[in-house]
Amino acid sequence: MIERIREEARQRFSELGYPTTHDEEWRFTSVAPIVRTAFTSALPITTFRKQPGAEITRLSEAPVEQYLARYASYKDNPFVALNTANFEDGLFVHIPKGAVIEEPIELIMSSAANGHPTVTHPRVLIVAEPGSQATIIERYVGQGGTYFTNPVTELVAGDNAVIDHYKLQTEGDRAFHVATLQVALGRDTNFRSHNISLGGALVRNDVNAVLSQGSECTLNGLYLVDGEQHIDNHTAIDHAQPHAASHELYKGILEGKSRAVFNGKIFVRKDAQKTDAKQTNKNLVLSEDAVINTKPELQILADDVRCTHGATIGQLDPEGLFYLQSRGIGREDARNLLIYAFARDIVDRIQVAALRDQLEKLLLEKLHGNRN
Amino acid sequence: MSLLEIKNLHASVGGREILKGIDLAIGAGEIHAIMGPNGSGKSTLAQVLSGRDLYHVTEGQVTYDGKDLLEMSPEDRACEGIFMAFQYPVEIPGVSNLYFLKAALNAIRKHQGLAELDAMDFLGLVKEKMALMEMDETLLNRAVNTGFSGGEKKRNEIFQMAVLEPRLAILDETDSGLDIDALKIVASGVNSLRSPARAMIVVTHYQRLLNYIVPDFVHVLAEGRIVKSGGKELALELEESGYAEMVETA
Repeated sequence: MIERIREEARQRFSELGYPTTHDEEWRFTSVAPIVRTAFTSALPITTFRKQPGAEITRLSEAPVEQYLARYASYKDNPFVALNTANFEDGLFVHIPKGAVIEEPIELIMSSAANGHPTVTHPRVLIVAEPGSQATIIERYVGQGGTYFTNPVTELVAGDNAVIDHYKLQTEGDRAFHVATLQVALGRDTNFRSHNISLGGALVRNDVNAVLSQGSECTLNGLYLVDGEQHIDNHTAIDHAQPHAASHELYKGILEGKSRAVFNGKIFVRKDAQKTDAKQTNKNLVLSEDAVINTKPELQILADDVRCTHGATIGQLDPEGLFYLQSRGIGREDARNLLIYAFARDIVDRIQVAALRDQLEKLLLEKLHGNRN
Repeated sequence: MSLLEIKNLHASVGGREILKGIDLAIGAGEIHAIMGPNGSGKSTLAQVLSGRDLYHVTEGQVTYDGKDLLEMSPEDRACEGIFMAFQYPVEIPGVSNLYFLKAALNAIRKHQGLAELDAMDFLGLVKEKMALMEMDETLLNRAVNTGFSGGEKKRNEIFQMAVLEPRLAILDETDSGLDIDALKIVASGVNSLRSPARAMIVVTHYQRLLNYIVPDFVHVLAEGRIVKSGGKELALELEESGYAEMVETA
């Protein structure tokens, strides 16, 4: 079965090819640097920390036909097609029915250029059975050199499941990272995604969620880019059924000549009455050379819904800066304090204390590093 | 020698001259009130002394503790013991009052060659000073001035001053917008900080504050110049006759 899907995906990729900036979905993100690099295939180095009650197996060893590649669309997204055609094994995380997994399950995907540019296609399938509860952390780490990580994660949550998903991306500074997280939520599920992007030269994240009746979906995102980093976050929330809620907050901090793109789609289908959707994208632009493109796309076909969206682009408040300085706090520290304060609500939403501490540390390191 | 000596200070904002030659000497232990009508330059003087870069000093000198104040960054001024209570305290979402104040105090202590205060000692100090200002302790964990009432903001300024223990405190219209109860609390906080080593500049539009914080000297500022100086009785005179008369006869 897998072989047939792979073949289809391979076929589909050869039809689609790499996207260009003429493609509306890729208007502000050119993947030309990826296209012109000759990569050799490598195996993703995956390690994981399993927790009692949850099962983690290799995809090839698991009965996953009913899920694998049935959610992330290799028919539309060329990078998903590329992953589907090429992934070498991958991980299957299974949370049994009703299981409550107390400690976070961690998956670590590390990549490195091996003297020459390499490409990996990490693949993860997470199936949370009805009534289960778990926290899953995906970390993408990498060393120096040019390499390309092209991960796809499919997450299927059964009715009434409660799932927290974290993605912490700290790839090397010359890395390319194009990722899709595809989420299917059952009835009355509660799903929270925390998408943190700090590393990489060229990064694209697609987070797509399809909601069922009574689902609650929270998408939190934070990106901090400097130098010539490019980060593109595309999210799509599909309110396919009534009485579902989605809350989305993506925050970005841009320094240097970095570029960021945010595109947030919300679909409210005809039957999805009583939908409650809120989308916010806030950006703190610290340099005159940084560029942000932000765009909400709401498509609402139901008539009894509440949908709001807003985007802001701002600079550091000079009054706030002076206030801190006037109390003895040095200019650089004052600046970092204000930048950190901007990111604070996203950091505070992280429920895993160790991850929150690590992120705090990473943010401060990156902020300090910018001026050394 | 004076702690602060201002000579022929001229300052402008956006090309418009606001201060047109201020001379003022302030000794340790003294409280100077600076009064004047709106637009006379009172707040500009306070902001220039604290280092706000919106204002450009075009002429004159300011010496603080023997050093050239105008050469110093705002944070160095604070570390050397200058504190301004803001007329409009700034809201800083995402930074807790407690964290902010600890960062400020430790920056100043570090500058002075003192060890940083640990969390326990700091909390003890802070609670003592909060009680002085009759402030609710929940304000510590709230973001700096964010969602505070006008009175809470002003009290928070004096609370910070109590914790940071400056040598020169500049109160910029700390009384404006306060009801009489809040005014009394603020004034008693300020009075508790009076000491022979500490000087204060109290900038105000209203004489009322000076019933509670009794100054040693009163200066009347009009159109960027000090037009009259005297003892505390000058404030009462002003109350009787108003600014108009004094400015005209000057």
